[in-house]
Amino acid sequence: MFVLFAILVLLAGLIARINPLIVVLASAATAGLAAGLSPHEMIARFGGAFNANKFVTAVFLVLPTIGLLEQHGLQERARQLMAGLKGVTLGRLLLIYLFARQLSAAVGLTQLGGQVTMVRPMLAPMAQAAAEQDEAEHDPEHVKAMSAATDNIGLFFGEDIFLAIGSILLMMGVMKGYGMAVEPFHLSIWAVPTAIAALVIHGGRVLMLDRRRVRPATEVER
Amino acid sequence: MIGLGLVYALAGAMFLGFAVVTLLSRRDARRWATALLWGLVSVSFLLGDVIGDTGNGIVAIAIVVVAASGRTLAKHQAADESVAARTVMAMRFGNRLFLPALLIPLAALGGTLLFKAVPGIVQASNATLISLALGAVLAALLCMIWFRPGPAAPLKAGVRLMDGMGWAALMPQMLASLGVVYAASGMGEAVGHILGYVPTGGNLFAQVAIYCVGMALLTALMGNALAAFPVMFAAIGVPLLISAQGGNPAAVAAIGMLAGFCGTLMTPMAANFNLVPAALLNLRDPYGVIWAQMPTAVVMLGANILLLYFLGFPS
Repeated sequence: MFVLFAILVLLAGLIARINPLIVVLASAATAGLAAGLSPHEMIARFGGAFNANKFVTAVFLVLPTIGLLEQHGLQERARQLMAGLKGVTLGRLLLIYLFARQLSAAVGLTQLGGQVTMVRPMLAPMAQAAAEQDEAEHDPEHVKAMSAATDNIGLFFGEDIFLAIGSILLMMGVMKGYGMAVEPFHLSIWAVPTAIAALVIHGGRVLMLDRRRVRPATEVER
Repeated sequence: MIGLGLVYALAGAMFLGFAVVTLLSRRDARRWATALLWGLVSVSFLLGDVIGDTGNGIVAIAIVVVAASGRTLAKHQAADESVAARTVMAMRFGNRLFLPALLIPLAALGGTLLFKAVPGIVQASNATLISLALGAVLAALLCMIWFRPGPAAPLKAGVRLMDGMGWAALMPQMLASLGVVYAASGMGEAVGHILGYVPTGGNLFAQVAIYCVGMALLTALMGNALAAFPVMFAAIGVPLLISAQGGNPAAVAAIGMLAGFCGTLMTPMAANFNLVPAALLNLRDPYGVIWAQMPTAVVMLGANILLLYFLGFPS
């Protein structure tokens, strides 16, 4: 039970706005202390986990390319492209992206998207351009945040429909331990209702972006 | 057979390049600590499999100390090319600019399919990451041939983005490691144990709600639905929902996992999804993406509870 203090350390540190990297180490040390580890064992356990998880940092291998392309006008091109598409509002752009991301993830194409490879160089500038084409005011911070959010939500509530994704394999493994034999198809079919709910709920939210930004004009009329 | 070693060698070389470029191209006082930071990350990539768990722990702590020292990552001077110049280039290069950017995910995709279909070239379990790395190298080479920007240009362009992200860039790996330490210290069992004590009075809806909310909560704490799933499935899913209430096991498992994904949307612990984009997009609020996701995540959690309650229990 003492391991729960590690959560308190994490929350307190983040709320106090201490550098999150230090908070992480402090929380890990607390968890290790609760598990009765010596300082040396704690360092070794964190180090082992740190080394085993290097692959998450390896994704930054794409940064030199993205940086070069941005210096040669990638973001500006994304804006120019949007300027040519008059009927595509911010809400419609994000709705189309959400649907495309869910659909491609559902057939296993989870790589077609992503925060570093797609949102920063392409989706976010297009969303900003779409927002700027609209006459009403909007918060550029929120436009960018919603672009990133839409990528995550499309991925999370699409990928579980695919049969060979890691989470399906994990579920099968765990269930096998309880003597429950299920086929991947039986698990993936149950992800469909949630995927539809996500399209309706988040799709509705992004379409509301268009309506909300029109409102100041109607208030003036009143 | 090609394995993760190739990816780590490439990443290690890149971060070493970041360190060298920082030292050579900057004159401000912060260049030393910045170069040291990327140099340490490079050590982790190049030598991580040699220096042992304790060695890696010391490198990780050194990275934290340097990154938190406040002596790194000073702002770069304004980009070499102004917005006006970039707009002209965008007109000139046109939509072809998207091709190298799209090449990276397409290479990741194509490589994954190819290397799974033709075994023996690349470790099947890591085919996606290896393909992504190869795609990144290919796209960088394409840009070098097309733009002819000079040999150090990709590293300078990359380190500028890296410095712009700062500590957030290192959070995914740090938090993934913290999640491992949590799991090894019995965090999941402790939370599952507590939730098992919440009185439900045998009410099916209350049990479904606790299962789904617990899945989201534990995912938010551990940063990963895959770590939360076995715990909550064992604590509530199997004994209460499946054995006692006769729920459909596949529905309980699948919708439970998706409830966990709602937790992923709400937590800074899932840094690669939530903190990295906020840093990449230069948001003022490092939690801006989480706030943008929060309404969807909360409503989706409710939707999953209702879906499991109404669809998962044939009676």
